[in-house]
Amino acid sequence: MRRRPLAILGAALTLLTTAAPAAAERLVSSLSSHRVLITPSFTGTELVLFGTVERDAASVARRGSYDIVATVSGPRETLVVRRKERMFGIWANADSRTFVEVPSYLAVLSTRPAEEIAPIDLLRRLQIGLRRTLLPQRIGPDTADVVRDDPFRNAFLRLKLSHDLYVDAPNAVTFLTPILFRATIPLPAGAPIGNYEVDLKLFADGALITRGGDAFEIVKFGFEQFVAGAALNHGLLYGLATALMALLTGWLASVVFRRD
Amino acid sequence: MFLEVGSEGSSRRRMTPVQVYLPIADLPVNIFVVFAMGIAVGFISGMFGIGGGFLMTPLLIFLGISPAVAVATVSSHIAASSFSGAITYWRRKALDLSLAAMLLIGGIAGTAAGVWLFTYLRALGQLDLTISLSYVLLLGSVGGLMVAEGVRAIIRSRHGKPVELRRPGSHTWFHGLPFKLRFKQSRIYVSSIPVVTIGFIMGFIGAIMGIGGGFLLVPMLIYFLRVPTNVVIGTSMVLTLVTMATATVLHSITNHLVDVILALILMVGGVMGAQFGARAGQKMRGERLRLMLGVLVLAVGVRFAVDLVMTPDDFYSIRQLEGAQ
Repeated sequence: MRRRPLAILGAALTLLTTAAPAAAERLVSSLSSHRVLITPSFTGTELVLFGTVERDAASVARRGSYDIVATVSGPRETLVVRRKERMFGIWANADSRTFVEVPSYLAVLSTRPAEEIAPIDLLRRLQIGLRRTLLPQRIGPDTADVVRDDPFRNAFLRLKLSHDLYVDAPNAVTFLTPILFRATIPLPAGAPIGNYEVDLKLFADGALITRGGDAFEIVKFGFEQFVAGAALNHGLLYGLATALMALLTGWLASVVFRRD
Repeated sequence: MFLEVGSEGSSRRRMTPVQVYLPIADLPVNIFVVFAMGIAVGFISGMFGIGGGFLMTPLLIFLGISPAVAVATVSSHIAASSFSGAITYWRRKALDLSLAAMLLIGGIAGTAAGVWLFTYLRALGQLDLTISLSYVLLLGSVGGLMVAEGVRAIIRSRHGKPVELRRPGSHTWFHGLPFKLRFKQSRIYVSSIPVVTIGFIMGFIGAIMGIGGGFLLVPMLIYFLRVPTNVVIGTSMVLTLVTMATATVLHSITNHLVDVILALILMVGGVMGAQFGARAGQKMRGERLRLMLGVLVLAVGVRFAVDLVMTPDDFYSIRQLEGAQ
């Protein structure tokens, strides 16, 4: 909650600094769905992002083609990365780092590798790419992001990538025509429920032209929602029902398989 | 165009109906794999007259389910299989209800204490290590003792000597303790202090480790309280049933981690497997059965020990901060 004013300020600043000179192009986009339902058969899904670059009479002619970087970020979560060390002959979790309010899901999709799209300092400033995304760690009473090749930070990224929760897809956005683009957002089965933001950035000739955005949500639906909700809000009833179900199953088995 | 994409996605999802998304564990599992695990563990539990939690909990963890959800969910599975077993023993009048009631006084208190410690360790972030270490220590030592005892019993019977399990008249120090009670069905006259204590220990470790503890309780009742073997399994099942049902309710209230879908698949497979296991077990000799159970218990303990001692593939692990929300 405390982050929100900061985020708004940051967004306002970037709007002021980057959007001002480029009033020419506009990004229009949509998703194949704005709500992903988790049903008992959910094993992950894909969302399709469509968009077009709208030009008007005032648009400047661009030398190169357009580039798109789409950053999809899931609900924020606080994670602990633990490192095992040998203590008294056994491997136990020793050192740990807490990553505060980092995206639970993060996908960076672009038309080509980000380093080819824009200069590195601009990419850093806009936090484009997994390596350049801010991942604040709690260090003592402070929270700060550490050097880029910190072993805990690398381990965090590696583990997230291996669970398909962080995605680095430098060729995932394709232009079907010079102005019409399409991208597929892969959502694994383990994608946490909550709100997801899609941030679109349009580049041309190594400069940021304009931004766009969209959002979707992943929700538990029907039976899944009922069970998860009951477990969380009516723990006693849920527990009693489960225990009763256990007794019923046990009793049924002894009746069905009775031999005498 | 968007509609087309949507229908394409749903038809692919319909092609894999064996996957079921678990609402609490938050991951999809193959329903047949879980069901087969239920049958296999049920078979073993029926064969040896135990709950089988010490096998089921590690299997679930191996499947990718978080240790906390596994421990909480297995408690309901054990409740089902021990209720089914208890009914069978009740029909044969092979259980001591008054002894079970006395054990339960300690058992329920122990379960509550165990669930409390479970919640505390979870907040501390040391739950996984605690579960692993308890498995190594408890299963390693109990399994080792059982194997040694089983080998000795078999050697003794080879030499033609009778297998002695109950040495009547041999008294230990706690026979001098106060609050003595007579348990008619078991034909024993002991102080209620060790009875309640045993119940407490069983409830406590059951709630933390996700085991019913039948493999531990049965020898305890035989060796410490001299309960005759014909009523010991039925009595132990009554205790396991009540402590595990209590653990299910308490875990649901405090940690909200019992996955009812996972529990249902496991318990249906479990009670079915248990019936076949019980038939297989009746054909085998008692001491051989105990030796096999000992080997099994020891093997699970060693498996956990290997994981702790071997250099891990990945030194790093990631986990959502427990109790952060």
